[in-house]
Amino acid sequence: MALKIVKGSIDRMFDKNLQDLVRGIRNHKEDEAKYISTCIDEIKQELKQDNIAVKANAVCKLTYLQMLGYDVSWAAFNIVEVMSSSKFTYKRIGYLAASQCFHESTDVIMLTTNQIRKDLSSPNQYDTGVALTGLSCFVTPDLARDLANDIMTLMSHTKPYIRKKAVLIMYKVFLKYPESLRPAFPRLKEKLEDPDPGVQSAAVNVICELARRNPKNYLSLAPLFFKLMTSSTNNWVLIKIIKLFGALTPLEPRLGKKLIEPLTNLIHSTSAMSLLYECVNTVIAVLISLSSGMPNHSASIQLCVQKLRILIEDSDQNLKYLGLLAMSKILKTHPKSVQSHKDLILQCLDDKDESIRLRALDLLYGMVSKKNLMEIVKKLMLHVDKAEGTTYRDELLTKIIDICSQSNYQYITNFEWYISILVELTRLEGTRHGHLIASQMLDVAIRVKAIRVFAVAQMATLLDNAHLLTGNVQRKGICEVLYAAAWICGEFSEHLENPMQTLEAMLRPKVATLPGHIQAVYVQNAAKLFATVLKSQEGNTEGTAAQETSQLMIDRLPLFVQSANLEVQERASCILQLVKYIQKLQQKDVEVAEEVCALFAGELNPVAPKAQKKVPVPEGLDLDAWINEPPSESESEDEQPRAIFAKEEPKHSRPRHTEVDEKELARRREARKQEQANNPFYIKASPSSQKVYQEAPGVEHIPVVQIDLSVPLKVPGLPMSDQYVKLEEERRQKERAEKKKKDKKKRKEKRSGRGKKHDSGPESEEDITPAHMVDIVTEEMPENALPSDDDEKDPNDPHKALDIDLDRPLADSEKLPVRSHRAAEALKSPAEDGEAESAAPPELKKKSSKDKREKKKDKDRDRKKSKEEKKKKKHKHEEKEEDLLGGQADEPVVQPEETSEVAALPSSTSAEVSDLDFWLSNAPVPSNTQEAATVAEAAPVPEAASCTAPDSEPDEPKDTELEETKSSKHKKKKQKKEKEEKEKKKKKKHHHHHHHSDGGAEESVQNGTVEEEEPLPPMSNYCLLAENSYIKMMMEDADQVNDIQGNLQDGSQVVVSVIFENKCESFLKSMEFNVLDSLNCKLQRPEGSGPHDGLTVPFQLPPGVSNEARFVFTVQSIVMPQKLKGTLTFIVKNEDSSTHEKLDFKLHFTCTSYLITTPCYSDAFAKLLESGDLKGSSVRLEGVNMPFHHLLARICFHHHFSVVERIDSCASMYSRSIQGHHVCLLVKTSDQTVSIDAKCDEPTLLGNVLDEIKQTFSQC
Amino acid sequence: MIKAILIFNNHGKPRLIRFYQYFAEDMQQQIIRETFHLVSKRDDNVCNFLEGGSLIGGSDYKLIYRHYATLYFVFCVDSSESELGILDLIQVFVETLDKCFENVCELDLIFHMDKVHYILQEVVMGGMVLETNMNEIVAQVELQTRMEKSEGGLSAAPARAVSAVKNMNLPEIPRNINIGDINIKVPSLSPF
Repeated sequence: MALKIVKGSIDRMFDKNLQDLVRGIRNHKEDEAKYISTCIDEIKQELKQDNIAVKANAVCKLTYLQMLGYDVSWAAFNIVEVMSSSKFTYKRIGYLAASQCFHESTDVIMLTTNQIRKDLSSPNQYDTGVALTGLSCFVTPDLARDLANDIMTLMSHTKPYIRKKAVLIMYKVFLKYPESLRPAFPRLKEKLEDPDPGVQSAAVNVICELARRNPKNYLSLAPLFFKLMTSSTNNWVLIKIIKLFGALTPLEPRLGKKLIEPLTNLIHSTSAMSLLYECVNTVIAVLISLSSGMPNHSASIQLCVQKLRILIEDSDQNLKYLGLLAMSKILKTHPKSVQSHKDLILQCLDDKDESIRLRALDLLYGMVSKKNLMEIVKKLMLHVDKAEGTTYRDELLTKIIDICSQSNYQYITNFEWYISILVELTRLEGTRHGHLIASQMLDVAIRVKAIRVFAVAQMATLLDNAHLLTGNVQRKGICEVLYAAAWICGEFSEHLENPMQTLEAMLRPKVATLPGHIQAVYVQNAAKLFATVLKSQEGNTEGTAAQETSQLMIDRLPLFVQSANLEVQERASCILQLVKYIQKLQQKDVEVAEEVCALFAGELNPVAPKAQKKVPVPEGLDLDAWINEPPSESESEDEQPRAIFAKEEPKHSRPRHTEVDEKELARRREARKQEQANNPFYIKASPSSQKVYQEAPGVEHIPVVQIDLSVPLKVPGLPMSDQYVKLEEERRQKERAEKKKKDKKKRKEKRSGRGKKHDSGPESEEDITPAHMVDIVTEEMPENALPSDDDEKDPNDPHKALDIDLDRPLADSEKLPVRSHRAAEALKSPAEDGEAESAAPPELKKKSSKDKREKKKDKDRDRKKSKEEKKKKKHKHEEKEEDLLGGQADEPVVQPEETSEVAALPSSTSAEVSDLDFWLSNAPVPSNTQEAATVAEAAPVPEAASCTAPDSEPDEPKDTELEETKSSKHKKKKQKKEKEEKEKKKKKKHHHHHHHSDGGAEESVQNGTVEEEEPLPPMSNYCLLAENSYIKMMMEDADQVNDIQGNLQDGSQVVVSVIFENKCESFLKSMEFNVLDSLNCKLQRPEGSGPHDGLTVPFQLPPGVSNEARFVFTVQSIVMPQKLKGTLTFIVKNEDSSTHEKLDFKLHFTCTSYLITTPCYSDAFAKLLESGDLKGSSVRLEGVNMPFHHLLARICFHHHFSVVERIDSCASMYSRSIQGHHVCLLVKTSDQTVSIDAKCDEPTLLGNVLDEIKQTFSQC
Repeated sequence: MIKAILIFNNHGKPRLIRFYQYFAEDMQQQIIRETFHLVSKRDDNVCNFLEGGSLIGGSDYKLIYRHYATLYFVFCVDSSESELGILDLIQVFVETLDKCFENVCELDLIFHMDKVHYILQEVVMGGMVLETNMNEIVAQVELQTRMEKSEGGLSAAPARAVSAVKNMNLPEIPRNINIGDINIKVPSLSPF
């Protein structure tokens, strides 16, 4: 045995490690494959060893070989073995290998569940981290289901490192196991406000990813994200949020209105290009969503376009690219603003960078006008010639066609030019877009009557030179053009100069090599040509020529009769028989031309692309009914080749269960008549379609300008489009001259002139008349046509499963699966189970049964659940019955908050929705101040509430409240939204209640009073600091939640947020904030600046804009309130002048503002009081006329206390100062009298705090 | 979401591949080849975004890459990622490599692919950006390395000595790997 081990380790000495393997491979360049195969054999040997180190080494090497493309799935089991090693080193190798080569169908994955679970709960955070990382790559639906609960627990891990990984991986879990989304969502949402920026960023990441796919479910988070957006300084987070808003705005235009302002501010203030770019992008999305009815946003568009221009002009190609990309988004809705930058975009067409050229091409679409179309296309044609890669060239080709054909050839003034362009394009090597050119040719030839002569001549040349197009294999795509050429020549053969020659060209043996559908068109159109030829020949000579023609047909057609293509065969044999019959008649000297021509008489009219599909089904016709017996399945194997020009739209034949009343039927009949009148497919009495169009209502606006072709072009051979550019120029000049003349004439015979019929749009726009008219059938749709439902989602999209309503309360069945053995242990006390795993399931269960009674509130509660869960976890000793009671106790606590929210918008039934509505309804208020300020404005009461400082002086009517935050190690957590602050405190309150009930004093929980409690009035901590005609400064009091242990030694810092709002019409800049330091309290200035220097406010304020800046103060002693005098200086910049202004203000640091809301358990609280270190003091408030819970809420809110316990009209409260002083209150109330007994280890501080509390209540 | 991260050298040899969606090995190689083909024919002074990787993703996906000395770092991302953000992320990643390897060069990546993976795992997880703060990334990587060392590492000292001995005995061991000047020069770009 021992020998074996020794032998093993000696062997091991000669094992290759990864470096040896890599070196070896590099050394065997010639016979790499052979070398690697020997290495794999070695690895196989190594994997058979018992030594885990050897195995790990082998697996490590396999990971490398996997990268080189070798399949290593055979070692999957060994990888699992290495994963389960207890050593981190090996475990990490195992997980890495697994993440590289495991996937859903790897069967050993199911063996890993328990191992991964063990690793997830490992005390070593890196074991957990490695497991999470690995799992994120190979998570399967089974793993997701089994581990969802464990991962959810990790989302509340103490280490941020684990928290952020757990949060991120949840996204993968949701994808694989969508049922987990709803139970996990509350906690995920909670993580948006995690104190660690990494975790926060991860949560934002996940929610953005979720919301991108199903935005509507996340609309209710908009206020929260808005808050993050205005408070976060992490650009990654900002970018994600801003991108998310871009996805949300289309759903809620009010959101867009609200966003414009802060985004504009960001655009102005940020120096990070990435952020700037995303802001611009989202502003564009907003503008698109608002596109109508918001005239005053032209400034925003201008701003965006300007910023984009700067990007495009930048020498950095990346910025250039992105600028063009964003520009193309604006183009869709605001083409005018983009057009002014045409110069720049045309310049980009010449860029050496293909990506940039492609982007510029996209933009060209909106750049063209009648004037410059030819010039731009000429430029593009040059690029076509130069372009080497087919991708870019094809792109150019489609763009040329797009540009020219857009809005019914609106910008084409000379169609001969266009045809020549198309013909030139056919000379492209190896393009895939032959059919595109072909359909353009057909379209133009059919719709522009005047061009037919020219088109036919060109097409005849093409047919004659068909060998050029079909020459080599590479050109396959382009031969589609022949389809169009043949059809045009046949259909409009009367315009052909030499039909015989063309007929001959169409019957060449080489034609048989063309694709079937083209041959078919050839054959059919040869017949048409034949008819034309006969007609001309019979007219002038005696029968011989005509007979020769027939003979030609008879000679050539058999080739096609033998075709393998059914269509060709059928047509050819038909026509062959016909011609034989004709020949017989000719031999009898019968004149047949007339009759043959009659076969192809009648004109084809252009039809709107969807017209046929939209023709309403006549009543009584059931399209779904089988006419014959259903065919057997086997028929599908032989699929007909698809005709390229009949673009088959998937038929959406809906079952028509029609129970239509008479009226409806009559209406439909009427509609159908109308439809028929306009539908060119219905053959009408009048043979001239032209007339029909002119009579038809609704087409008068189409510019049909009958002008004679002033420049009859007879270009021999293939045309050169360039010639037209010149010719067109001449034509226009001539026209202009003529027009002038006409104008003069007109003026003379002013009254007598008949109302000229078409003097319409484009002409007056640019003074250019098109050389040819375009017949356009306006797309007539049946009145009852349903909007097309073509854009159905991909059923395989994994995100479809995540389209889940997150506001609905959780049901019993939705709880995450918990390991069963645990559940069994805890059967008696589900709460204990919750404590171990996460309290979610039992908690939720109770909840939902409760919810039945109070349906309208359950949304709100659902939202809170996560927090409650977390709270509950802390209660280690819950027992079942008490928990049930606790569940009831929830309600009173939740109630006031809910009602307060409802009070804000009383009409709403659902607090969640009302929240959003309320939030959104405040759109016009400028950015940062919004939430709090609007609340303050909306409610009549709150000013009173917001004035808290006790000794406000008469010369300074508005009070300030300061807030302190701690910086250094502890991250600040800012809570701007007053509502949410309240929420949080409420929750703390709730928590304490709960705790209390656990303690055994059930009767103290006021079950009965719930419903009667009045809503809390809104409260705000924003208050005016100073104001003049230029600027308004508002202080903001943010809530502090961090514990402070880490911060006690290094002095105390207080952060003051000031909102600056520009009230005037001018631009405010160079703002400088300065205060006169006192001994006790100093403004923190950057290093190197003197003690009296001001701080520059890091932004400028355009008119009407507000922004927030934060200033850090160092405070020595906190027992006394402080007052600091300060000045804000700034420059007011008008168009013509700029003045220097200043504004004085006083900052109040109340003692309250040094307190931090700190939760406290009742037992700890009791201990604290028992310790005897605290000195007491008390205060009585008379005439306080408000419900007790309002009173408590006020103390909580304004003075940063938290409720420890509440029994009827008596409550104990706790808070702690930033320097660690404990402050305990016992608040009692009876008949408008409130007595507060207080204890604190610092009597001066306590005295001041009590004074301040008194002040608060004396003001209301 | 990031769909894939590929690092290959000027000749298209993969140095690290990390797919966040499963592809079979041959498909992976094909994607690398295609990506290399697309990226390598571009000049250094053109933009770093590229559409048109047909094998991976589709119209929603972009290739965002940077070229450092002999190596291409290519990220394939969808439209939820900020283009410039990813460029910065690549920079952060490379700077992190530079810190962890002290003047990173292609050889570091060749011989320590596993370590590069571990570093990458601290930056991107499951296709989502995990951490962008370089100091945090380096700190976590170092803590884990330290932990590995305390466990004795994969190839503990004796094994290493042996491999050195082996190398001396083998004539074909490359003494003259042309290390040359292939250090990845990390330009100091403006911070994010």
